[in-house]
Amino acid sequence: MFKFASEEWVQAFKEEINASQGYAEAAKTWEGDFYFIVDPGGPIAQEIVMYLDLWHGKCRDAFICADRAAKTPAFVINAPITAWRKVIDKKLDPVQGMMTRQLKLQGDMIKIMKAVKAAKELVECTTRVPTEFPE
Amino acid sequence: MWYFNSPLIVFGEEALSELTSIEGHRAFIVTDAHIAHLGYVDIVGEKLATAGLQYQVFAEVEPDPSLETVRRGAELMRQYQPDWIIGLGGGSSMDAAKAMWVLYEHPEMVPNEINPIVPMKLRQKARLITIPTTSGTGAEATWGIVLTDTAEQRKLALGSRENIADMAIVDPVFVAGLPPQITADTGMDALTHAVEGNTGAWHNDFCDGLCLKAIQLVFDYLPRAVADGKDKEARERMHNAATIAGLGFGNSMAAMAHAMGHSIGAVFHTPHGRAVGLVLPYTIEFTGEAMAERYADIARLVGTACASSQDGPRLLAQTIRALARSIGQPLSLQEMGISAEQFEAALPKLVENAESDATLVVSARIPDSAEVQRLYRYIFAGKSVDF
Repeated sequence: MFKFASEEWVQAFKEEINASQGYAEAAKTWEGDFYFIVDPGGPIAQEIVMYLDLWHGKCRDAFICADRAAKTPAFVINAPITAWRKVIDKKLDPVQGMMTRQLKLQGDMIKIMKAVKAAKELVECTTRVPTEFPE
Repeated sequence: MWYFNSPLIVFGEEALSELTSIEGHRAFIVTDAHIAHLGYVDIVGEKLATAGLQYQVFAEVEPDPSLETVRRGAELMRQYQPDWIIGLGGGSSMDAAKAMWVLYEHPEMVPNEINPIVPMKLRQKARLITIPTTSGTGAEATWGIVLTDTAEQRKLALGSRENIADMAIVDPVFVAGLPPQITADTGMDALTHAVEGNTGAWHNDFCDGLCLKAIQLVFDYLPRAVADGKDKEARERMHNAATIAGLGFGNSMAAMAHAMGHSIGAVFHTPHGRAVGLVLPYTIEFTGEAMAERYADIARLVGTACASSQDGPRLLAQTIRALARSIGQPLSLQEMGISAEQFEAALPKLVENAESDATLVVSARIPDSAEVQRLYRYIFAGKSVDF
């Protein structure tokens, strides 16, 4: 089991992405890196910033970023851990989450909406990572 | 968490007289040349005059309105400074009015920036009234906007929840003279909205009943409205059905039949309702397993015996094809007059468009590229989906 949003979890997520045929096919034209940010609150004392560089169906790089200023990704999505957990448990569609602002997106929404299959495959990859959520 | 958006809906005979009660100074009517020619603009203008409003008419909206048309209309709005905008016509005019409204309120924006995430703060300058003159689009009750990027031969599904009209006037007077072909095309559009609103991945309790009622109304009254345009009851109930379906799918979203139908419309210039209605049985078959129970429920609702939910998708697809056939609609791209050469040449673009259509996100089963291509081949040939 990997603790959600730990360095180990991010690396396991990267491995699942790179092993996924579904993601490779769905995201074959995708170019764009992300910050996935877990907002502080509840068991999260301070924000956790996960960086993923997604490029043509593969994850080129992924790590926990100590400083938001380290990168200037094309997309930033932040949400409390409760919302991230709903996404990973497939109880919240990520696009629906963004439309209701449960997941707050900075970046080109139109580009995201054109890559819905890739987004769904990305969520599938998270479900294959044995995940332990902090209580 | 989700939302349910609706305009104030004024419906039934004499609904248009509600216009005499609005307060304001200037109205800007967005419509097309045909609607103006039919005298409908004059009917609306008379009511506005009674309310003490001046008005200006933009009657240049084309089928599948382009970004250029929207920009041109918005510029005229900025010159006229209306406090009411009226979208009068089919989906094209109403969608164009919604987009022009955004650009009128926010001249710094471009149409592609209209999205459901970023708040736009509309209604600082004007409010919107929608008046449908066909029974199908549902655009009078939805916040979605479909525009066409003519340079890229692609339809753009845009919109923000703020785009929803303040008032929708659903008066059957405007559909009394609709020709049978347009009645059939638009009726299939309403049916597609209702089925997808009930069976897409974002279906919800608030929309389910609306969609089912609309489906029932379409099956009961569309054949009558096509067969006899003077059947006033059929006309009025179909007009209501389209708006009810609009409310239903507008709050649960359209899905794959729209993604693939938009693409057909953009490439072959097929009327929207005919395109999505053609695709609908195929997407029902493709997504069948994921929504089998719901498809079976719909089949039963419209009188098709369906012993098990497993049979639901196949039987509903058959039932919809039978309805389409009964009102003279094509069941394949071939029947629509598309040749094999035209189809093969267009196939890459058809697939590319469908895959980048925002409505695809709501499909209960999302196809990959190869599956989209295969689906189009089945739609071309008129072959039931078996994968």
